[in-house]
Amino acid sequence: MKEFTYQKAADVPGAVALLGADPEARFLAGGTNLVDLMKSGVERPARLVDVRELPLNRIQTTADHGLRIGATVTNSDLAAHPDVRRRYPVLTQAVLAGASGQLRNMATVGGNLLQRTRCAYFTDLTKPCNKRDPGSGCPAIGGEHHNHAVLGASSHCVAVHPSDMAVALSALDCVVHYETADGSGELPIGELYLPVADTPHRETALPPGALITHITLPPSPVAARSRYRKVRERASYAFAIGSIAAALDVRDGVVHDARVAFGAVASRPWRARAAERVLIGAPAVTEAFGAAADAEMAAARPLAHNEYKVTLMRNLTVAVLGELAEEAGR
Amino acid sequence: MALPTSSVITLHINGEKFTLPVDHRTTLLDALRERLDLTGTKKGCDQGQCGACTVLVDGRRTVACLQFAVAAEGREVTTIEGVADGERLHPVQQAFLELDGYQCGYCTPGQICSAIGALQEHAAGWPSAATDDLRPESGPPPLTAEEIRERMSGNLCRCAAYPSIVDAVAQAAGTTATQPAGTQADSEEQAA
Repeated sequence: MKEFTYQKAADVPGAVALLGADPEARFLAGGTNLVDLMKSGVERPARLVDVRELPLNRIQTTADHGLRIGATVTNSDLAAHPDVRRRYPVLTQAVLAGASGQLRNMATVGGNLLQRTRCAYFTDLTKPCNKRDPGSGCPAIGGEHHNHAVLGASSHCVAVHPSDMAVALSALDCVVHYETADGSGELPIGELYLPVADTPHRETALPPGALITHITLPPSPVAARSRYRKVRERASYAFAIGSIAAALDVRDGVVHDARVAFGAVASRPWRARAAERVLIGAPAVTEAFGAAADAEMAAARPLAHNEYKVTLMRNLTVAVLGELAEEAGR
Repeated sequence: MALPTSSVITLHINGEKFTLPVDHRTTLLDALRERLDLTGTKKGCDQGQCGACTVLVDGRRTVACLQFAVAAEGREVTTIEGVADGERLHPVQQAFLELDGYQCGYCTPGQICSAIGALQEHAAGWPSAATDDLRPESGPPPLTAEEIRERMSGNLCRCAAYPSIVDAVAQAAGTTATQPAGTQADSEEQAA
């Protein structure tokens, strides 16, 4: 590991000032991803600015009865919060589906949004990787890619975003707020992550040196009936091979409102807007749920070893929407 | 002026203060084992995947391999050496001993620290991925074997002593892993 200096930020402006425009400086919060990447040499910062103790660890109800969640709130505290459990159960379920109890106690909301892909080529310095070393190539496309992207990928990178939390936040229309030396800004989560295109090393639309300070969730009546389901290669403590966050409002047997987002299928959490368009106004029955999934997965471009994800996402969609519809009918 | 890449830090571990110079690259795990001779905390994968290095920081279970010692300054760290009350074992230690919650023993300190944290989380009403009813007013879910396995999934055991570990955690919690679902919730509702 490269040597680095360490500074603890006292407040948000101080943190932003300490980081400055230095491309070799990184914010450190929970460290569950950054420290690991520093050990493997993928990240080689010369300076760390510790933001873990900034006063950004509160969850508050906003004036419009949404939620404001500080960037240093831990995954554990987010999942356990009464308002999240009551009003956005899909978010609690998504967070609890990720990592382990120990890691959830360390990991933070801001860091979770910005965590890097778990593509094995990305973390192996002996292999080319366009995300780590632009222009070097993507060995996953012709190699080990059974868990890689089927939506929105490019010939430059097929890695998937690993977060469960961000999938739920995408379904919930979360807004990401940040601070820079030039002032504050915000990005809807749908605009936070950049398309892969030919620049997979550029992952977010955050300005250089920006510090995520908090996220906001708008009030979402449909989220009261919502759930997250994750499929992985073992029962617990593994990254998804496919996941879905869904919310459904059924009235008189007809879908009044719906939110659907997919995980582990793209370089970013994948809001399934084509599926939502099919769902809204349709009868809440298996055939409609299948048609919604088909509409979304029509854009899928699977590789040799991950075509199963197209079927998996259809099955997940039908199963989870079916459960939500059944709950609504009770 | 060039900033230093090492610092003199004071760590609070098991109620004691230790002041030592550390290269910033030193993880809490390496500081415990290599600098302070607290070798009860084990190094397994060193990348946050096995749980062998689990310690409690400010009362919560964490992995010591993914935090820098310099960032742990000012926090209360509890390692396996600090969980007993003198010669009296912690109830989780006692249960692992009585029920053979280990074979080779290498993952055991991490399992025990993790279980202590997990039982506190459960008592505080935190749900897990195995919890069906997320409503906060429902209180802690029944501590079934499924709940224990899910909550302990961050601790791997290469000897696969899992059945005994689940039994030990259940015994330490003052319940049994075979308790029918709902029993505990019912009694808590009556209490509430």
